[in-house]
Amino acid sequence: MVNFDILLAILVMGLVNYFTRVFPFLFFTKKELPSVLVFVERFFPATIMMILIFYSIKDIEFHLYPYGIKELVAIGTTIVLHLLLKNYLISIFLGTISYMILVQFI
Amino acid sequence: MSFLLRYKKEIKTAFKISIPIMMGYSVLGFAFGLLLVSFDYAWYLAPIMSLFIYAGALQFVAINFFNLKAGLIDIAIASWFLNLRQSFYGLSMLKRFKKSGKLKPYLIFGLTDETYALLTTIKDDEQLKKKWYYFFLCLFNQSYWVIGSTLGALVGSSIDFNTAGLEFSLTALFVVLSIEQYKSLKNKIPFLIGAVSSVIALAFVPSDKMLITAIFLSLLLLFVFRNRMEKHG
Repeated sequence: MVNFDILLAILVMGLVNYFTRVFPFLFFTKKELPSVLVFVERFFPATIMMILIFYSIKDIEFHLYPYGIKELVAIGTTIVLHLLLKNYLISIFLGTISYMILVQFI
Repeated sequence: MSFLLRYKKEIKTAFKISIPIMMGYSVLGFAFGLLLVSFDYAWYLAPIMSLFIYAGALQFVAINFFNLKAGLIDIAIASWFLNLRQSFYGLSMLKRFKKSGKLKPYLIFGLTDETYALLTTIKDDEQLKKKWYYFFLCLFNQSYWVIGSTLGALVGSSIDFNTAGLEFSLTALFVVLSIEQYKSLKNKIPFLIGAVSSVIALAFVPSDKMLITAIFLSLLLLFVFRNRMEKHG
């Protein structure tokens, strides 16, 4: 991407992002939500997080050696760290370091 | 100067409240800046993005959009769904932001996950001029993010070290957020739907359309299983 396209993309993301934040102030003056929205609000964030995990590793070739084992090990490390220490910075930091070691030295 | 003195108490309290966010935003922002320049993008895109977008997950994903040369419409739709949750934050802020006048647009802009969490958990101090207190809180939080990401981008473009594998910070971020979601939701179905939709999208569409396809497919599946999930509690 050339710089102009990137700046345009940043503008679009900035506007869309602000739109998602300003939305309730524009359209909901009362606190009651339609039940469809209550449902989406409750369950969609979990679904999108899962999709984003897959999205972030979509270019890994699982059918070729080493079959995505490094990614799975690093994800496992992150999960264990997070369950044990419950500190999201430590989990992300050490999880990433573990992956960098796996791809750089092994 | 007199302006700062007039709001000294608001600034002090806002700063104290914002300290936990300082750690998180500066470290995560630093990682974002580092990742951005590791793909040879200009360092100044980091402050530009952190000033005008100011959304953690979206800015990380944006790097992928740049790499894929994604179209603007795809970017707009994906960003919308990615940040859809934010549309629900404002609901609990309607009353609190009501009398904030000309500061209101910025307060709304500053409603990130973490700022929202802070604003909903802290009790309002009646002695403080609320709108200014909220304003400085949002301002502190965004400044940590801007400073962190700018430093990361500058360090990344001046010091030459092997950043291979750094992109995993994005995966790790989403893994952690998923665990947190599971803790509060205690329901496996939305996660299974997310996984199944992703695998189908990965198998059947080109990788630059994967995200949009998976999002629409998952929404469809969510509504198919709606009754079961809501009964599940």
